[in-house]
Amino acid sequence: MDLTPIKKLVEYFRDQMKKDPDMASAVAAIRTLLEFLKRDKGETILGLRESLTSATDCLTGVDSSVAVSSGGELFLRFISLTSLEHQDLSRCKKVMEERGELFLEKISMSRTKVAKLCHTFIKDGAKILTHSYSRVVLRVLEKAAAEKKRFSVYVTESQPDAAGQHMAEALRKLNVPVTVVLDAAVGYVLEKVDLVIVGAEGVVESGGIINKIGTYQMALCSKAHNKPFYVVAESFKFVRLYPLNQQDVPDKFKYKADTLKTAKNLSEEHPIIDYTPPSLITLLFTDLGVLTPSAVSDELIKLYL
Amino acid sequence: MLSLIVSEGKDLTKEEKQRLRKEKKQQKKIKEKKDDKASQENEKEKKPVTSAAPASQPPTQPTPTKTKAELKAERRARQEAERASKQTKKGETGQQAATSKPKAPPSDLQPVVKRLPEHIQVDNPDVLKKLAKKLERQQIPLRSDYGYKVSLFSHLHQYSRKAPLTQQLSIPSTVIHPAIVRLGLQYSHGIVAGSNARSVALLHAFKQVIRDYTTPQNEELSRDLVNKLKPYISFLNQCRPLSASMGNAIKYIKKEISNIPSNCKEDEAKNKLLNCIESYINEKIILAGVAIAKCAIEKQKISDGDVILVYGCSSLVNHILCKAFEKNRKFRVIVVDSRPRLEGKEALRRLVQKGISCTYVLISAVSYILPEVSKVFLGAHALLANGYVMSRVGTSQIALVAKAFNVPVLVCCETYKFCDRVQTDSFVSNELDDPDDLIVTRKGTTPLEGWENESSLGLLNLVYDVTPPDFVDLVITELGMIPCTSVPVVLRVKNVDQ
Repeated sequence: MDLTPIKKLVEYFRDQMKKDPDMASAVAAIRTLLEFLKRDKGETILGLRESLTSATDCLTGVDSSVAVSSGGELFLRFISLTSLEHQDLSRCKKVMEERGELFLEKISMSRTKVAKLCHTFIKDGAKILTHSYSRVVLRVLEKAAAEKKRFSVYVTESQPDAAGQHMAEALRKLNVPVTVVLDAAVGYVLEKVDLVIVGAEGVVESGGIINKIGTYQMALCSKAHNKPFYVVAESFKFVRLYPLNQQDVPDKFKYKADTLKTAKNLSEEHPIIDYTPPSLITLLFTDLGVLTPSAVSDELIKLYL
Repeated sequence: MLSLIVSEGKDLTKEEKQRLRKEKKQQKKIKEKKDDKASQENEKEKKPVTSAAPASQPPTQPTPTKTKAELKAERRARQEAERASKQTKKGETGQQAATSKPKAPPSDLQPVVKRLPEHIQVDNPDVLKKLAKKLERQQIPLRSDYGYKVSLFSHLHQYSRKAPLTQQLSIPSTVIHPAIVRLGLQYSHGIVAGSNARSVALLHAFKQVIRDYTTPQNEELSRDLVNKLKPYISFLNQCRPLSASMGNAIKYIKKEISNIPSNCKEDEAKNKLLNCIESYINEKIILAGVAIAKCAIEKQKISDGDVILVYGCSSLVNHILCKAFEKNRKFRVIVVDSRPRLEGKEALRRLVQKGISCTYVLISAVSYILPEVSKVFLGAHALLANGYVMSRVGTSQIALVAKAFNVPVLVCCETYKFCDRVQTDSFVSNELDDPDDLIVTRKGTTPLEGWENESSLGLLNLVYDVTPPDFVDLVITELGMIPCTSVPVVLRVKNVDQ
């Protein structure tokens, strides 16, 4: 009885992802959760919250990225801030749905806000280095190009899925001169670039980020070369994790969801993300503003406490 | 001029009172530089300026701009005096008077004038005189410093354990409650040591005081009890300087006492206070410890196969490790110890009793064993508002070496130890323990036996040091895991709550 709504949920999620490939996976997850909320026939608020939590868990089973779990948690917190005020369950649900729609609206605007903040840091004639395929970075570069700035981009190939090639194609469509470099060539190319901009899959409590594997060494090299290392991320990616080193990142985020289910020995699998500590990051551009890594904890305390 | 103004004390506005205070400070500074002729000239310059100020400032006129002009003139005159006396400056005394002065002008425009606390101005004879007067008023004996003090730390007290304060008291003391006398002795002899233990002992002693208290006639409990507690606190301060956690506990108690409504009956009020103290101990110390242990264990900060390094004896860190061992985490511990306190032996005893496998090294071997270590757990005496961690001396050394080896450093601290103070080095405010503790007898000889007779030999027994936040990766509090730089955020949230 409980399986079919979950299956429908997963289908809906996959549909959303296919419909709009430009949408962040977390936004799709939140849309799915909102739909789930609308369809839910629960009788109590506690039951509702529990079923929403289990729905989030099963969505992370489909797409194990950090952003999906953080987005789901934030959605839950956002809508449940008012749940205790109303007596009637249906009215409560209505209020929750409205707040859910509001939350969705806010976060769909977040990429535009980030682009608005970040494009001013790209000066005319700048050479930018970026890593793998990030839709937020793409939006930032779009905005900068629209502001008639001339810049060129170096993108790392980012194996094992060669996502960097995808990014390079998208940039060529914008008429931005782009060069694809090997992941191993980051140190080589860094003396030519002026700044490094990367996206993030998750922003952790310490102010560090979790991103596609290869980000950590890019950050280390840029620190050694004294080049600014900027991160662009929406605020729903803030997650309540505090890794101390690479090993401390939970396994459920390190590998793809399918690998987690099928692999017999996880230590033989190659992780797809790594953790960059806050000491290597210069600034984070979010829809809450331009933050230093130590300010991230401040924002998280405001969001969660 | 000065005496005229003093007699009109009650009619002065806040600004004029502050101006008076500043004048007195300036007079003090001028007396210190009596040898310098240049400063005498400036004295003549200053006096007309400062005496003109109160005369030319009738309280009815709103004169913010005039204040600024007066301040500017005074500041200029003061700067000239400082520049002129730079060659003959006497190290810290001159520096301290100078640092306390530039503080005065900006704070004149704000209602609060911040002063240096007296316990770090021991080499300033006027401050000592003030302290002596205050203790005389409260009928508490003044403890005298012992031994030659290293010049860098001559602004701190240094007492000898062989001369406890209680020898100068008449027993039974009429002024100080016996529970407090006992507590003071326990502090000065190191029987009760450790931040949590001291705070809990203090709160229990205060509970006893409140139980034995009776409100005298025509007095209100809320005001009289606070006044009764003041000499006790001075006494305890003389026995051993108060820790930051004790300071916060005392602030809390004073606030609770002064919030007692005047129509409350004495028994009711006393019960209420006793309950408050009981709940403070329970919430802020015991339950906070439980929450911190839970947080550390659930968030996988102690995982199987870990090698954890601890320093000295922190009750909180020991509690966390014991709890993790109960939850069947497989780890081993390396206990680092240092002279002269050798507190690590106590930590070692507690952990081995539980069955945890431990290694014991002295701090000189820390760079030797660090390659084996996966995490460092440190306790804290206090967390300062700029994110610095104040802890037992040796902690910052361990944090530094751990950083060099890229080993994560975790500090465990309850939020009641967070204090508003800001400190960037270990010199400004510290505690000097008995220098005789450093004397040790090995193979029948005591090399440092007659150290007092050597004129150029000083023994330094520091108690605390300060670790910058760059060396600390994570602070675990009962509110969750926060980076070291978020301590002021927690303080702000706490102040908003209160």
